[in-house]
Amino acid sequence: MSAPLLAVDGVETFYGKIQALRGVEMEVREGEIVSLIGANGAGKSTLMMTICGAPQARNGRIILEGRDISRMPTHQIMRLGVAQSPEGRRIFPRMTVLENLMMGAAVTDGAHFEDDLARMFTLFPVLERRQGQRGGTLSGGEQQMLAISRALMSRPRLLLLDEPSLGLAPLVVRQIFKVIKELNESQGLTVFLVEQNAFHALRLAHRGYVMVNGVITMTGAGKELLAREEVRAAYLEGGAH
Amino acid sequence: MEYFLQQLINGITLGSIYGLIAIGYTMVYGIIGMINFAHGDIFMVGSFIALALILMLGVAASAPMAILLVALLGVLALSMALTAVWGWAVERLAYRPLRGSFRLAPLITAIGMSLALQNFVQIAQGARNKPLEPLISGGFSFPANPAPGQFSVQLSYMQIGIVVTTVALMVGFSLLISRTALGRAQRACEQDRKMASLLGVDVDKTISVTFVTGAALAAVAGMFFLLYYGVIDFFIGFVAGVKAFTAAVLGGIGSLPGAMLGGLLIGLIEAFWSGYFSSDYKDVAAFSILVIVLIFMPSGLLGRPEIEKV
Ligand SMILES: Nc1ncnc2c1ncn2[C@@H]1O[C@H](COP(=O)(O)OP(=O)(O)O)[C@@H](O)[C@H]1O
Ligand SMILES: [Mg+2]
Repeated sequence: MSAPLLAVDGVETFYGKIQALRGVEMEVREGEIVSLIGANGAGKSTLMMTICGAPQARNGRIILEGRDISRMPTHQIMRLGVAQSPEGRRIFPRMTVLENLMMGAAVTDGAHFEDDLARMFTLFPVLERRQGQRGGTLSGGEQQMLAISRALMSRPRLLLLDEPSLGLAPLVVRQIFKVIKELNESQGLTVFLVEQNAFHALRLAHRGYVMVNGVITMTGAGKELLAREEVRAAYLEGGAH
Repeated sequence: MEYFLQQLINGITLGSIYGLIAIGYTMVYGIIGMINFAHGDIFMVGSFIALALILMLGVAASAPMAILLVALLGVLALSMALTAVWGWAVERLAYRPLRGSFRLAPLITAIGMSLALQNFVQIAQGARNKPLEPLISGGFSFPANPAPGQFSVQLSYMQIGIVVTTVALMVGFSLLISRTALGRAQRACEQDRKMASLLGVDVDKTISVTFVTGAALAAVAGMFFLLYYGVIDFFIGFVAGVKAFTAAVLGGIGSLPGAMLGGLLIGLIEAFWSGYFSSDYKDVAAFSILVIVLIFMPSGLLGRPEIEKV
């Protein structure tokens, strides 16, 4: 088997004295959709951010395409083909939709900007209609579409998505998950997805991980995890729809 | 009427100088939420650098107008560059190491840097006033031949030069911020530094660029101050700095058009107050108006309300 695109090896992350990650082991292979599920406060977002170097891991290694990136500053990591749509979306509120997308393309040389923009407008037509509008005035669903598109504008090899379904109407959630699946199938985009909504996330994923209190406690194929009794009990009650 | 026009001209000139300094306060506040108290002293350093260059190059009023203009533009460009290095160094040495430290730390170092710059110039250049012969004199008068006892409005070439250059720089700078990738990165850092870094923006570099451009604009103001008043000392940064800071707050700190508008207003208030009342209380007048505006518009004339920030 070839080396994984991303390997997280014994990673520990602290906020001051509080330890949020306690030796995380996981990997993402080229072309996969990998989902990470876990309760609120388990450390999922911390893992996403640690991969991007903000905060940096105190111990352990993060290997991207054979290269240890765990000591690299965030802006350099993001120039290596990693993009994140972070928790809370973090749209620039006083920039237009178009400017937000331009920010996504900031790491590229700009040569494909028009093509990429057209692709985003095909994926999420609402963004085209809103392109001159300030990011802060969009609805939650539109902001999420913008956050994903902004991440895609950098032409990433690895897309990190932190709770893209949070607070969105079921219809919008379905649309977003459909786009993720399409991008993976048609372009081979590798996706690492964090979700509290385990049902969608595991059904979509090739493989999944379960995190509890800063460590990975379970792993397996998405559908296999979904079938496990302990996963259903802990993460699906009321969540399956 | 003539008298009114005269104060208007003086006020706009003064406002240009304040506005150029105010931009540095507002941009730095916008991006790192800090009042850079040393910024007024960067303006002062800029005026000393301009003076040194003028004396070194032997720029004199006796030179032909064309040569004089080219020489002054050269001095302006060079002193912008050199002052920018000072602005960069202050941020790099005094502010960056304290980023993420306790809240008052940057404030205290900023005051320290302000004093350090003043003392440095005082020691290096002496505490006495540094005069400069008027390099650009002459101008227009309306009416050109006033009747005895009639007031004649003076519009000097120097004033025209100051206002035209300021407007050009402000337009250019606004376009830089609103249209270019550098400006977008600057605004991105201002709105969400962490997200900006997640998009590959080098936040530290962007902050440096903000200090550098702020210092370069302050250098322009410093050179104008030198040419306009013909005398500088190591303390000019304090008063001009406080007024430019007032201008930035009046316009809405963090807002670029606010800084420009605030600068203009402070200049006008000062000119009209000294023209119609007394120059003794001109500073008090500016501050009183600031207080009144802030009571009714706490985020300044063009600032955005605090609530939106959350
Ligand atoms: N910026 C922070 N400062 C201090 N503690 C934090 C910070 N962010 C998260 N934490 C703590 O780290 C733990 C993991 O949080 P997080 O990664 O956000 O979990 P999840 O994304 O799984 O909900 C929680 O206990 C949370 O309180
Ligand atoms: Mg989270």
